[in-house]
Amino acid sequence: MPPRLELRNITKSYPGIVANDDISMSIMPGEIHAVLGENGAGKSTLMKIIYGAAQADSGEIYCDGKPIAAHTPATSRALGIEMVYQHFALFESVTVVENIALAVSNTFDLDALARQITELSNRYGMPIDPHRRVHDLSVGERQRVEIVRCLLQAPKLLILDEPTSVLTPQAVVKLFETLRQLASEGCSIVYISHKLDEVQELCDTATVLRNGKVTGTARPKQSTSLELARMMVGAELPEMHVSPSVPSEKPVLEVRGLTAPARDKYGVELKNVSFEVRGGEIVGLAGVSGNGQAELISLLSGERTHGNALSIQIDGRAAAHLNASERRKLGMAFVPEERLGRGAVPPHALWQNAVLTAHRTGLVRNGLVDRKGANSFAAKIIERFKVKANGPQASAQSLSGGNLQKFIVGREIALQPKLFLVAQPTWGVDVGAAAFIRQTLVDLSRSGAAVLVISEELDELFEICDRLLVICQGQVSPPLIRTKTNREEIGLLMTKVDRGNGTNGRGEVAVQD
Amino acid sequence: MDLFIAIFTGTIIAATPLIFAALGELVVEKSGVLNLGIEGMMLIGAAFAFWAVIAGLPMPVAIIAGALGGAAASLLFGVLALTFLTNQYAAGLALAIFGSGVSAFLGRNFGSAPIDALDRMSIPFLSDIPVVGPMFFRFDPMVYFAIVMFFVISWFLYRTKGGLILRTIGESPETAHAIGYPVIRIRYLAVLFGGLMAGLAGAYLSVAYTPLWVENMTAGKGWISLALVVFATWRPLRVLLGAWLFGGMTILQLQGQALGIAVPSELLSALPYLATIVVLVIISQNRQMLALHFPASLAKPFRPAT
Ligand SMILES: Nc1ncnc2c1ncn2[C@@H]1O[C@H](COP(=O)(O)OP(=O)(O)OP(=O)(O)O)[C@@H](O)[C@H]1O
Ligand SMILES: [Mg+2]
Repeated sequence: MPPRLELRNITKSYPGIVANDDISMSIMPGEIHAVLGENGAGKSTLMKIIYGAAQADSGEIYCDGKPIAAHTPATSRALGIEMVYQHFALFESVTVVENIALAVSNTFDLDALARQITELSNRYGMPIDPHRRVHDLSVGERQRVEIVRCLLQAPKLLILDEPTSVLTPQAVVKLFETLRQLASEGCSIVYISHKLDEVQELCDTATVLRNGKVTGTARPKQSTSLELARMMVGAELPEMHVSPSVPSEKPVLEVRGLTAPARDKYGVELKNVSFEVRGGEIVGLAGVSGNGQAELISLLSGERTHGNALSIQIDGRAAAHLNASERRKLGMAFVPEERLGRGAVPPHALWQNAVLTAHRTGLVRNGLVDRKGANSFAAKIIERFKVKANGPQASAQSLSGGNLQKFIVGREIALQPKLFLVAQPTWGVDVGAAAFIRQTLVDLSRSGAAVLVISEELDELFEICDRLLVICQGQVSPPLIRTKTNREEIGLLMTKVDRGNGTNGRGEVAVQD
Repeated sequence: MDLFIAIFTGTIIAATPLIFAALGELVVEKSGVLNLGIEGMMLIGAAFAFWAVIAGLPMPVAIIAGALGGAAASLLFGVLALTFLTNQYAAGLALAIFGSGVSAFLGRNFGSAPIDALDRMSIPFLSDIPVVGPMFFRFDPMVYFAIVMFFVISWFLYRTKGGLILRTIGESPETAHAIGYPVIRIRYLAVLFGGLMAGLAGAYLSVAYTPLWVENMTAGKGWISLALVVFATWRPLRVLLGAWLFGGMTILQLQGQALGIAVPSELLSALPYLATIVVLVIISQNRQMLALHFPASLAKPFRPAT
C-alpha cells in the first residue's frame, strides 16, 4: 500500500531564513503522526506546503502514490486533504455557518447545515452556535469552528496545526476520541502540538524538526515527555523557581462589585465581580472560555469603560472610567488573547509594533518617533525572549505563531508594569519558551508587580499562581490559595452552574491529568 | 398632477444610469477591488452604443455593444490592478482619463444630429390606466431592467454561495486563498461585471437619456456613482435609494431653473450632488453597521502567498 502522504526533499526559504531544509517523511493510511519542534522550527510552513497554501522551492509531494500537480488548497480539498490552521482561516464578518458553508462543497442550504453543525459540534464536545458572527467569538470558540469545519468533510488526510492550543481539556478528550475514530476508519492525521502529554496520548509516530531540518523520529507512546522535549529543544529544559510571594499591603488592582451587561446578545453578563490583586503576587483566573472572560478582560484593559469609576481601582485610583491609554499611564500593561490584530498589527514591522505600546518610554519625542531607539528596543526584546525573527524590521506576520507570542509578551514586560494583565500567556509557545515566559512572569511579580493571568490551562495556573479565581457564567469565585486547593475543586467551580445541561458536563477538567 | 407625474418619471429615468453604474461598482468593491474608473467606462460604453446606432444596428445590439465596451475597458484596469498589482487608485484614475479620451476620439465623427431614442414601452391595458399608467408602465425597458438588476444583485450577494464567496474575498483574500478559492479569478469576474454595468449606464445615457452626442455626456455621473456606493455603506438598497434621491434632485433643480428661481443656475446644478452626499453622510453614521458591510480589504493589492 502506498503511503497516504509522502514528502520528498521539501525545501523552502524565506528572506534570511531556510524554513524547511530538505525534509522527507511519509505517513500511512490510518496513522496519527506528530510533527514536533520548537517555535520557528518550520512546522506550519511544512503544513502549508502540504496543503498547497504555500509552494515549496523544491521537492515533491505524493498523495496515495500519485504526485500532486498544480498544487493549491483547492486541489488538496478535492483530494480529501483538510487543514486546521494555527491562526485560523475564518472570515470575521460572517456567521459560523456561512464560514463552514464556504468550505463544504454540497448545496447551499444554510439551515440544514446549521442543524448539522449544532448536532455534530455537540457530539464532538465542542458546542458552537452556528448563527453567531465569528467576529464575536473568543479564540477558543474560533478554534472549535475550525475543527468542526474539517471534521464535517470526512477527510482522508487531516492536518491539525496546534488544534488544542486554546481548547478546554474536556473538549480535547472528546477531540481525541473523534480523531482515533477517524484514524481507525483509515484517515491519516498530521498533528502539531507543543503539549507533549497530548502527543504521547494520541500519536503513533513523530517527526522532530529543528531549524527547518528533520533531526529525528520517535514513537511518542514509548518515550517520556522529557525525552521528546530534549529532542525538540536540543537542550535541557530550564527549571522553574517559584519563590514565596510577599504581597504588598495595598492591592494594585481592586475590583469592587463590578456589574456589566453582556457585550452582545451572545455575551455574558458580569454579576457583582469583586477581587483584588496585590503587588508581588500572581493571581490566576481560570474558566471555560465564554463565561464572561471577554467582558471582564475588556473592562479591565480599558477597551470598554464603566460608568462607576470606583468599581475598578488601579493603585488606589478610580480607573473604571479611564480608557486603555490612560490606564497604561497608571502603570498597566496588557497582553490580549488575539495576538494578530489585537496584540500586533500583522503587516507592520516589529519595531513599529513595539512603539504601539512602548511610546511612553521615550521612544516618541515631540511627536516624532525615535526610530533608532525603537529599533534597539525591539532588538532587546528579540534577544531577551529569544524571538526567532529576521531582526526588528521583520513584519509581525512573518513570525511563527510562538515567536510572535514571545515578542508581544516581551514587549509588555519590557515596560516594567506595575499591573500586568495577560491572557493565554503561552499560547502556542514551545515547552522551553513557555517555561521561560512563566519564569519571567514569576520574576516580574516577585519584583513587586501585580500579575493577573487569564488562562484555560489549569496546569499553567497551578504552576505559577499564588491565588486562583474561577469565573463561571459571569460570576467570579472567592480566591483560592494555590497550595490549599486542587484541580478537582477548581474543575467543579469552572462548571458549577452549567451542570446538568450536558455541554460542559461533569468536572472532567479535574480528572484530566 | 401632471407636474407631479413628470417629476416622478423624470426622477426614475435620471436615476437609471446611476443605478447601473453604482450597483456594478458595489459588486466590484464587495470583492475588495476599488475601480475609480467608472466615468471612463461609462463614456466608452456611451460611445460604443451611439456608434452602433448610427451604424444602423438594432437597439438591443447597440446597448450590448455599450456594455461590452465598458467591460473591455474594465479588463484593462483588471490587468493593471489584479495581475500587475498596480496601485488601484492610480489604475482607476488612469482608466477614467483614458475612457474620456477614447470616447472623445470616437465621437469626432458622430456629428451633432440626434438619433432615435430607445422606445418607451406600451403595455396593453396597464399603460393606459390613468395616473398609474404614465407613472409606472410607460418607461423604456432599461428602466425596468435596472430595477431587475437591483433585485438580482441583492439576491446574489446575500442569498447565494457565490455572493458569500465574493463578500468574504472582499473581507480577507488571504483567508479565501487559504481555504482554496481562486481570489484573482473571482476578482476579475467582479471587475468585468462592474465594467458591463458601467457600459450599460453609458449606453443608457447616449441612446435613451440624451440621444444626441455630446462630449463628456456623463457629466460626473460616474463619480457620483462612486460616492453613492461609499455613502450607501456598501448596501444595495441604499444605493438604489441614493440614486433616486439624486435623480429627484436633478429633476427638481431643472424645474427650478425653468421656473426661473432667483438662484444662480450653477448653484442649482450643484444641488443634486450636494444633497445626495449630505443625506448619505447622515444615514451612514452608524459605525457598527459600517464595519459590518465595509469590504475590509478594499483597494489593498493581493498576491497569493508562495
Ligand atoms: N511569510 C513569511 N515570511 C518570512 N518568514 C517567514 C514567513 N513564514 C514563516 N517564516 C519564517 O519561517 C520560520 C518557520 O516558521 P513556522 O511558522 O513554520 O514555524 P513553526 O514551527 O510553525 O513555529 P510555531 O511553533 O511558533 O508555530 C520562522 O522563522 C518564520 O519567521
Ligand atoms: Mg506554527
